Order: sequence, then C-alpha cells, then structure tokens
Amino acid sequence: MWITWKAPSPNNFNPAADPGLMRMPKSRGGCPATLMKKIQRLEMEGISKSFHGIHANKEISLSVGSGEILGLLGENGAGKTTLMNILYGLYQPDAGQIKINGSPVRITNPMESILMGIGMVHQHFMLIQNHSVIENIALGYKDTPFFFPKIKIREKVASFSRQFNFTIDLNQKIWQLSAGEQQRVEIIKALMNGADLLILDEPTSVLTPKEIEELIIILRQMKADGHCVIFISHKLDEIMNICDRVVVLQKGSIVGSADTGKTDKKTLARMMVGRDVVFNISKEKLAKGQEILRADQIHVTGDMGLPAVKGVSFDLHENEIFGIAGVAGNGQRELAEAITGIRRIDSGKVTINGKDITNLSPRHIYDHGVSHVPEERIRFGIAPGLFLYDNAILKQHHLKKFSRRYFLKYNDVKTHTQGIVDDFKVLTHSIDNQIRNLSGGNIQKLILGREISEQPRLLVASHPTYGLDVGATEFLRHHLLKLRKQGSAVLLFSEDLEEIFELCDRIAVIFAGEFMGIFDSDDERLCEIGLMMAGSKRI
Amino acid sequence: MIRLSYTDRYQITRLRTLVTNIFSLAAGLVVISIIFLIAGVNPLFAISEIFQGSFGSMYGFKETITKAIPLILIGAGLTLAFRAKFWNIGAEGQMLMGAIFSTWTGLTFGDALPGFAIIPLMFAAGFLGGALWGIIPAILKIRYAINEVISTLMLNYICAHILTMLIVGPWRGATRFGFPGTDNLPDAAILSVIPGSRIHYITLILALACAAILTLAIYKTRFGYEARVVGENPDAGKYAGINFFKTTLILMAVSGGLAGLAGVGEVAGIHHYLGYPASVSSGYGFTAIIVAWLAKLNPLYTVISGIFFAGILVGGDAIQISLGLPAATVEIVNGTLLIFLIMGDYFLHNKITVSFSRT
Repeated sequence: MWITWKAPSPNNFNPAADPGLMRMPKSRGGCPATLMKKIQRLEMEGISKSFHGIHANKEISLSVGSGEILGLLGENGAGKTTLMNILYGLYQPDAGQIKINGSPVRITNPMESILMGIGMVHQHFMLIQNHSVIENIALGYKDTPFFFPKIKIREKVASFSRQFNFTIDLNQKIWQLSAGEQQRVEIIKALMNGADLLILDEPTSVLTPKEIEELIIILRQMKADGHCVIFISHKLDEIMNICDRVVVLQKGSIVGSADTGKTDKKTLARMMVGRDVVFNISKEKLAKGQEILRADQIHVTGDMGLPAVKGVSFDLHENEIFGIAGVAGNGQRELAEAITGIRRIDSGKVTINGKDITNLSPRHIYDHGVSHVPEERIRFGIAPGLFLYDNAILKQHHLKKFSRRYFLKYNDVKTHTQGIVDDFKVLTHSIDNQIRNLSGGNIQKLILGREISEQPRLLVASHPTYGLDVGATEFLRHHLLKLRKQGSAVLLFSEDLEEIFELCDRIAVIFAGEFMGIFDSDDERLCEIGLMMAGSKRI
Repeated sequence: MIRLSYTDRYQITRLRTLVTNIFSLAAGLVVISIIFLIAGVNPLFAISEIFQGSFGSMYGFKETITKAIPLILIGAGLTLAFRAKFWNIGAEGQMLMGAIFSTWTGLTFGDALPGFAIIPLMFAAGFLGGALWGIIPAILKIRYAINEVISTLMLNYICAHILTMLIVGPWRGATRFGFPGTDNLPDAAILSVIPGSRIHYITLILALACAAILTLAIYKTRFGYEARVVGENPDAGKYAGINFFKTTLILMAVSGGLAGLAGVGEVAGIHHYLGYPASVSSGYGFTAIIVAWLAKLNPLYTVISGIFFAGILVGGDAIQISLGLPAATVEIVNGTLLIFLIMGDYFLHNKITVSFSRT
C-alpha cells in the first residue's frame, strides 16, 4: 500500500487503467512528442464543485474540439475560473469527469494537465518579474536540461516566436515588458509545452485595444493550426468577435449556449444576467456648480524614479464627472495617488474647495471629503485576513460615527457594513467573514460601497468597473450619476471609452504623463481620441 | 492506495481550535516520550513527574504561578506585536532592560521614598526601559527596513552584555564581597509576596490586568484596529491614512514595556538584586513566544497558556532533581511542543480528506 500526497507516484502507476495518462511518465524521459495523442476533443461531463457548501459549479457539461474557440461567458463569481482550474488540475471536482478524445482522464495537478496538452494563461500572470523572458520560459518548460537551460531552448523559442510573429527580446526582464508582452510570454510557455488546448482567463482585461487586436490574430492562427481554445470573458464584444461558440454560466450552472453566428449581444447579455440590460444610461444635463478640485501644474515621480505626471492642470466642479481617458500606464495611477495623498507631489498645487491639500496625509485629504477607489484594490483596498466589517470602515474608522474616544463602536460598524452588503449586493454568507474568502468582484463592490456611501465631495475612482460584471457595472454607473446629481464631483480614470463617453461631462486624454487635451463630452474633436491616446495628436 | 487531499477550512470555531491544540500537545508529548525513552527514562513516569511537580502539590503550584507571572506579562505584550506582524524575538532583552532601569531606580531612591511611592516608580522605570529597547528595532525597521527578527534577536545579546558589564563594573555592590551583582534593594523597594510562597502578587495582578486591557485594546479600540490592519496589509494601512510609524512605535513600546514590567517583578519580587542575566531571567522572553502562539495571539488566553508553560518549567526542574536529567531537557520539551503547535495550525486551517482506492 502506498501513501501519496496528491500526485500518484510513478511506481504504482498503471497506464492501462488510465489511458489518458499513458504518455505521462514517458515524456519526462524525453520520448518524442509524436507518441502523444493530440487533443481532438475535450469534454467535461456533469462537473460539480462546491466550496463550503456553496456551489461554484453545478453539473456543468461542455465540450470543445480541434480548431474551435469556445467562449465562456458569465458574471463575476459565475464559476468560470473554478471550472477552468478543475480542468487545469488545481482543484478536484466533487462529481463528474473529464474526457480527452473520448476516454476519461484524471487530472490531479497542473503538471499532469500540461503533459496532457492543456495550457493555461491566468488572469494574473505567473511570471518571475526579475528574470528574463528566456529564463521564465525555461523554468516552465518540461524538457529543460538541468545544465545551461537557456542555451538549449533558445532556438526552440525563436522558432515559436517566428511562427506567431512575436517580437520580444528574450533577454529582457519581465518587469520591463508591457502587460500584452507578458501575456505573449505566457502563451509561448504554454505552446512550447505542446498545449493543444489553451485556456485564456480574462486575457483582454490588461491589454490595450491594439494589443487585443494582436491577441485576436494569434488566436485565429492557433485555430487554423487545429488548437482548441477556451476563452473566458465577461465582455460581450470580444466573445462575439473571437469565439465560434459560447457557453453562458450563471451562479455555477450553464444557462445557455449558442453559436456566435446565430445570436446577438442582447440575447447573450440577457442569458448572463437573467434580465435585460440597459446599455445606454441617459444622463441629465446639470449646470456646473462651485469649483471643488483645482490641480495646478502637478509633477509626480513614478515607481521607477522617472517622472510619471508632467505638469498636469485641471479643475473640477460640483455636479460634474471629469473623465481621464488613456491607455494604462500613462500616469493615471500616479496622478490618482498624488491627489489622494498616497504619493508625493514634486511640484504644483492641489486645492479642495480653495484649501491647499498638496502633500497632506491621506487621512487629512479624506477628511476634506476626498474618497478614493484605488486601482490596485487588493493591494491597497483591503486587509485580507480581517472581517468584512473591519474592511468596511478602513478609511472611516476614525470618524465620530464609528468611534468614541479610543473605542470603535462595533455595533454601528456592523449595521453600516450590513447596509453596504445589502445595497451593493455583495455575495457573502455573513459579515463575520474574512474578506479573503470573497471573489474579486465582490471585494470590489464592498470597496465601492465603502467609498461611495459617505457622500464624498470628490470621488477619485480608478477603473471602478474593471472586473465587474454587467449588472454590477450598470449599478455602479447609476451610482456615480447619483453622486453627480447630489452635488459631488467625480474624477474618473478609465480605459473603457464607452464608460467615459457615457458618464463624463468633460474628458481629458492623458499620454505619457501629459494631457493631450481637455474637451467637453460633445466636442467633435473627440473622434480623434484614439490618436490622442496613442500620443500622435495633441490639441 | 491512500489519497490525501486538503481544502481550506472556511470558519474556525473556538471548539475546533481547542481540540486541535490539545491534539497537537498530545502529539508533541508522544515525541517527547521517545526522547525520554532514548534517555533511558520511563516516559510515562517522567511526564507524570512534570505535571506532579508543577500542579500536583501546593508548593509546586505556587512555584508555577510565580513563574507564570513573567510569562503572562511578556506573552500578552508579544500578542500585540505579532498581531501587527512585527516579529519581536527580543522580549528577553526588553525584560532585562526593564530590570536594569528598575534596579537603578530602586537603589537610587529606595532609601528616600516610602514603598507606595517607590514601587510604582520602579514599575514605570521598568516599563520605560523595556519600551526604549523595544522601539529601537521598530525605528530600524521603519526607517531603514532592517528585518526585525534579526535586530530584536541581536539586541537581546547586547542588553545581556550591558547588564553583565554593569554588575561586574560600576554597579558591583559593596556587600557582594567582590562577586558580581548589585547590592540588595532597600526594603521599601521589595515587592511583598503571598506568605509561604514566592508569588509577588502585585505583579500578578498587573499581569492579569494587562492581559485584560490588551484584549480590549486589540479587539475594541481604534489603535488595535489600526495595528491589525497594518499587520494584515501595510499598503492598505497607508491608503487608509494610518500612521504606520506611530502605530508600530506605540505597539513596540507596549510590547517591550510589558516585558520590562516582567523584569521589574523578577528583580523586586524574586531576586531582590540584579545578578547575571541568566539568573534574572531563565529564558522567559523566549518561552513567552510559545505562550503567545499557544494563546492564538489573544492576550487573555496567555493567562492559561502562561500557567501551562510555567508548569512545564517547574516540572522540568522537578525531573531534573528526581530523574537526574540534564537541565536542557525542559528546553527540548518546550521546543518540541512549539513545533507541534505550529504544525497543528495547518490542520486548523485546512481540512484533510483521506480516501481509499484500489490500485
């Protein structure tokens, strides 16, 4: 009798009982890849998985064949990622089975799934920042020699890069690459390991529009080469554009599937949220009120010690939403952090209601009525091991409302938290729950609720709907408009142009730390916003 | 074939924590039994001797309480630092610094002031000494990003050598006939004890009060909230406008200060003079780390875990005499128990499923 930890040991391994695993022990020894059977069809049958009594996946069956791109559409927490983690061997299903080319297989860890020909590109890349591209690829490659790994595989990487038109300097360090380039490294890693089936988890969420186009070209080529692709997203446009077929998940179950050629966005959206979604929010005309925020020639230094914001000036009034559009990494984060006091302003001046708040502490700035939904929510927005109600007062715990002298009024705090959870539909079984147990979208809803509920004079919101599903996005946008109506000002950073155009009264385009122009939302010159975002036009 | 798989446990009940801890201690005792066997001692007899020695007799129990006093004080202080993820391994040094400060106060003012004045003054001085020694690593960490585990650990040795330097040098008492050590504290500066024991009850009351107040502070106050946020995620603390510098400084001052108070108790309640570091503290600063951990970083529970580990210290002394085992035996016992308690945490946070399948 053998005792093993998760992975079956090779000694008692019986290939005959498990045909899908047959190539596994051999390929480690360097057997030619031709022995492996290519994945022609992958099926998942009746997959169920529950965490702590809550169904993440409930009797899900789907299949994907060679040369097909299958879209997996669903809101946050619908169970898309869980399902793919089961396929990748990170989780074991409670029930159901996976079949490759018709024969059942058992995948107990990612190494097994890689050897079976399944590759996964995670939403958050699994790359080592301080290592070079080639080192990262060598690390994940199954046939990397023990000595001098880089030399041996360099040629192989180069040929893959040529095949897919990748132009990346293999000696660059990962942190020097853009998100799109990092994603391509992940794709090469998967392809080098002989992935016939590639899973992409929300691959476009970190990409610029141009990088998305490049990704689509790569995916089309993979499809032509006979690969299977599973594409996870909650963006309808992409699903319609990229996928052949789409499966819609809701609360862990499949609620519909369709060929993308025979359906439309409205139908899919209805399947996904279970009701009709209004895509165009009508915004009423409001007259500008008093000036709330004035920024004057702000200069800010970025993480790498280089200037990130170079002399930005603007003003923001009551009843106004001011949008800052631009491709991520052009100084938006640094500007938001500078205004809210997290980052130092090198020179320039910021005033709120005429009072100078330049380089005050975050708390003082908060007390001037400035709320902040940070871009890196998990990094800045929460204390993961603390309870929901602890996190719901992260910036407000010093207010009279929640504390008396040295003590916190936990009864009031809990009532307040329950209010946010109810209003913002945060999915949790209780507020006595560590926030780390919540999904990303739900954490975000709680943060938004916390920052909005206090009626700020100015809300600085960085990509507030990033990662939110359609229903939550709609809800949030209505909330921003409500704030505007109530006389607050909103400074909105977003990459989503649709969102910018829908919500904002005035729009600034940022490129390389400078404004390329500031426009009213009905300004005709905005049709050239793409060029301005790319830095090739300045008005 | 047996297959093991694990999943995260969602909610951890108090009962489960208790049961896991008891199992961990039991498993630790099994390993300790093997060590006793190797040493040629009947383990059942040795373990029963340990608990007989500490809890089985009135004398043993009184000794246990005496030794629990510093463990509770230091352990409670450590829970605060550990909550904020400040790994203070320097309680031993902070305790000695408290002893140094209070001895100086007692020797200097003890003859001039009555007991009700000098005793609080000595405790205040001890707290100050421990707090000063505690905020040095805090400043080093915040300002220069120096790892606090290394700095607190090294400061222990520096403090021990300062103490030794003082007692063999300028502070050597005239009544010591050339042996190292200060003169005895004046009578007014000596803590009274419960008759027939060495329990200096003032420190005991102080320890219980500190544990209770700290529990309140951690769970109910703004400061405790800020410390927990900083410990969980310093970036979130910064975003929330929590002053990291101030919070860390205060919590290390409290953590070190409580260790300093324990030092006062040992000098003024037990020894009555300042001797070699090893005689002032028998490693309380290190044992208290286990005490804090066993208490699951809840200061109130350090009262229970403090008494438990004091019992092992006393029982260790007992088997040293009755079974002729070396003094280090008790340290082996302590270390083994700590390792098993930490391993127990894994089973507390993860659910292990065992399934059988035919090969």
